[in-house]
Amino acid sequence: MDQLIEQFFNIEIMIAAWPTILRGLWMTLAICAVVIPMGLLGGLFAALGMLSQNRALRWATVGFVDFFRAIPPLVLLIFVYSGLPFAGLRLSPFAAVAIAFLLNNSAYYGEIFRAGIGSVGTGQTEAARSTGLGASQTMAYVVLPQAVRNVLPDLISNTIEVVKLTSLASVVSLAEMLYAADMARSVTYSASPLVLAAGIYLVILWPLVRLVSRFERRIAH
Amino acid sequence: MNAPTQRPSLEVRGLHKHFGTFHALKGVDISVEHSELVFVLGPSGSGKSTMLRCCNRLEEPDAGDIFLEGDPVTGKGVDLNAIRQRIGMVFQSFNLYPHLSARRNVTLALRKVLGQSRDEADARAMAALEQVGLADKSENLPAALSGGQQQRVAIARALALEPQVMLFDEPTSALDPELVGDVLAVMRELKETGMTMLVVSHEMQFAREAADRVIIMDDGQIVEQGSPERIFENPNHARTRSFLSRVTGGA
Repeated sequence: MDQLIEQFFNIEIMIAAWPTILRGLWMTLAICAVVIPMGLLGGLFAALGMLSQNRALRWATVGFVDFFRAIPPLVLLIFVYSGLPFAGLRLSPFAAVAIAFLLNNSAYYGEIFRAGIGSVGTGQTEAARSTGLGASQTMAYVVLPQAVRNVLPDLISNTIEVVKLTSLASVVSLAEMLYAADMARSVTYSASPLVLAAGIYLVILWPLVRLVSRFERRIAH
Repeated sequence: MNAPTQRPSLEVRGLHKHFGTFHALKGVDISVEHSELVFVLGPSGSGKSTMLRCCNRLEEPDAGDIFLEGDPVTGKGVDLNAIRQRIGMVFQSFNLYPHLSARRNVTLALRKVLGQSRDEADARAMAALEQVGLADKSENLPAALSGGQQQRVAIARALALEPQVMLFDEPTSALDPELVGDVLAVMRELKETGMTMLVVSHEMQFAREAADRVIIMDDGQIVEQGSPERIFENPNHARTRSFLSRVTGGA
């Protein structure tokens, strides 16, 4: 038992690993700060494309979304980082992560936004257009605010997934939190840094998970 | 606003509309004079709502011309958003924006279409809400209003743009009976201010009391039209008689 605690919950090792893991945490947060807003914006455009009157644009965006929802994000990331150099395009680890996540997140957020926009009745659009508001004004002021509200739990759930997926960046040697914790593990010969990193993920994500549950309960009454 | 001209306020000529193979409107001609309240009656599926929705092109007509104060509503080169702000529309299901207060339901188009300042728009919205008797509910969300109050806010929303004609698409059909009266009272007051109104509704009693003219539609066509007294007391057509006897319970 003591040995188990020694291996997984060694406080001294955790304290020693803390500065490394903290730097990793900052990198994880930096990745999130880039890929979440970009993914939301990309998803919004993907949703508008999927709902466009223009058939070519509609098919192109539906194809884009299907494709990037079907490709495992790890495959995509390794392709962008290690595959594209064969075409002469060599990206920094951070840029590769940003691009791979933009493609992946846009597809997932896009599906959520599309469902949200679809959940707003046509009567809303008709009422807005009947007062002389243009199509994009109607989307911006009438449809989207309601759409986002209707799919807020799904948006937050997907964002939780994105935060978790940032640990994939470790495979392209981007020193985010998992990478940092694993480094510390290999130096200290102890699993405690990994436990510490897992604990930090838990502390960050658990409130969001609770929030989603509360939203879902409220929607279900 | 334009000085009264010889042309009607709203003019519909030779309107046709198909939904797939269904011929919903088969050449409809309607003109509404200034300050006139015209009631359109007819069985469901007769095309009356479709006709009304063509007037601001929420439905795109397949053929025919529509004019507002002599200005074309249909055809190429029409600035649809500009023409729509001159045509107010009130819907059966109110269609208030649920995320905005009553006041902001009214100010949205004032701000974004007319480009009014916040203060201007607020003042105009409060005046419109006052007109429908709901100034004290201006900060309520639609969900906190009764159906009748919601419909009155919807009327205020259309009214605030100072339209030249108002279209009412079954404005009381979604309301509990005890709430209908407030909406009809607002419509009656609107008529007294000289508003030009085209109303699709089943409110026979109201049509009889308030309408200047009643149009009977059936099967995508106008069956007949005339003063409410003549249509209700002395209809010319068998189709009118059968419709009226059905809706008035065989009287």
